[in-house]
Amino acid sequence: MSARAQTLLWLAQRASAAVLALCVIVHLATMVYAVRGGLSAAEILSRTRGSYGWFAFYALFVAAVAVHAPIGLRSVIHETLGWRGAPVNAGMLAIGMALALWGLRAVLAVFA
Amino acid sequence: MAMLKVAVWRGAEKGGFQTYEVPRLASQTVLDVVTHIQRAIDPSLAYRFACRVGVCGSCAMNVNGRARWTCRTHVEKVAADGQLEIAPLSNLPVIKDLVTNMEQFFDKWAKARGRFTGARTRDDDFARVMPDSPQRRHVDAGIECIGCGVCYSACDVVQWKPDYLGPAALNRAWTLHNDVRDTRRVERLVAVAGDAGCHACHTHMSCSERCPKQIAPTIGIAGLKRAAAAAALDGEL
Amino acid sequence: MKNDYRARNHPAWWAFAVHRASGILLAFFLPLHFWALAQALQGAESLDGFLRWTEQPLVKFAECGLVLLLGAHLCGGLRLLLIEFLPWHDHQKSLLAIAGGASVVIGLAFALNVV
Repeated sequence: MSARAQTLLWLAQRASAAVLALCVIVHLATMVYAVRGGLSAAEILSRTRGSYGWFAFYALFVAAVAVHAPIGLRSVIHETLGWRGAPVNAGMLAIGMALALWGLRAVLAVFA
Repeated sequence: MAMLKVAVWRGAEKGGFQTYEVPRLASQTVLDVVTHIQRAIDPSLAYRFACRVGVCGSCAMNVNGRARWTCRTHVEKVAADGQLEIAPLSNLPVIKDLVTNMEQFFDKWAKARGRFTGARTRDDDFARVMPDSPQRRHVDAGIECIGCGVCYSACDVVQWKPDYLGPAALNRAWTLHNDVRDTRRVERLVAVAGDAGCHACHTHMSCSERCPKQIAPTIGIAGLKRAAAAAALDGEL
Repeated sequence: MKNDYRARNHPAWWAFAVHRASGILLAFFLPLHFWALAQALQGAESLDGFLRWTEQPLVKFAECGLVLLLGAHLCGGLRLLLIEFLPWHDHQKSLLAIAGGASVVIGLAFALNVV
């Protein structure tokens, strides 16, 4: 991987971090509010079903996390296990795509 | 007379600590302690020093587990309980006792394009660099490096990724990046970008914490991260 | 020679350790979280079944831990973004204190509401 590509990965992780910072603040606030009096499926789904606002929010959240987590794990793997190169990069890409698909499936589950 | 208990690393990569009793003196530095052992107890002890006044950068060692310049580290400051452990710097091959091979450390300065390349000749007038310009201030903040290797020894990223350029080389690159007379800016950014360069830094700040000259290489490395990222977006990298 | 805890025992290193540990744990938690939400695909009852499982004290405790991790990773990450992208100030240790304090506040806010 070229120095340019590595630099862009770093930038992608920081950019996704900035997006995540906003998403996580909203997520935490929602959670602290939602858990009062216990969680129920009806309560959660009444908030999310058919709401394009929440759908867009969670879709962005999932996309940002799917970028952010694999890049971080790539560094962790390199530094702690010493694994690097194409196989690790391919593995991280796979993890990113899996997170995106699984995440989107979860978002659709509470939206539709 | 009060005595210090001093454990000193003997051997090379493989070796062990040997304990010596050294008289405790007023205003004694750690380098004084090592010198006493070599002159009065065991002349086979190998260590490195030159100036004894914090200029040359050759006497850095691990003192009680932390990298320090020994010539300006007072025993009083580090051996509250009368005990010292003195070892060679971390992350560098040990040649003998307290002497490390600093080849890779300086090779990385070269790899980070740590040399100046200007466009003017001796026939040109002096370049004018305003002392209060932002670039000159960045240079000032990092220029006093004495190349002692303390930051390199303290850095965990160096330990985890042996090809990482390390704080000193990157700090040098940052001062040159801000030298308005230098002509190899892009070439240098290419050399310092990516996984073995500035973007590997995790902001542990051990370098900034331990630098005896109170330089904060973390600042310069952050500056290089931004500059290289901007160059990557512009297609310069 | 390799460094041990004595070389690492300073605030910014501990901030890194917390950031790394919380990041790894959150990455492993994500698939579980997505799986749980996807229970709604089988209808509200299925999701309720899962939510009832989370009523157990031990799970609740783990949830609070997760929220604390998320809060810590958020605050530590904001600190890193400030260091990397804004002009430097000599307020590093204040930033650390703010990050640590805010994480605890987030964790407590959740813990107090959940019980």
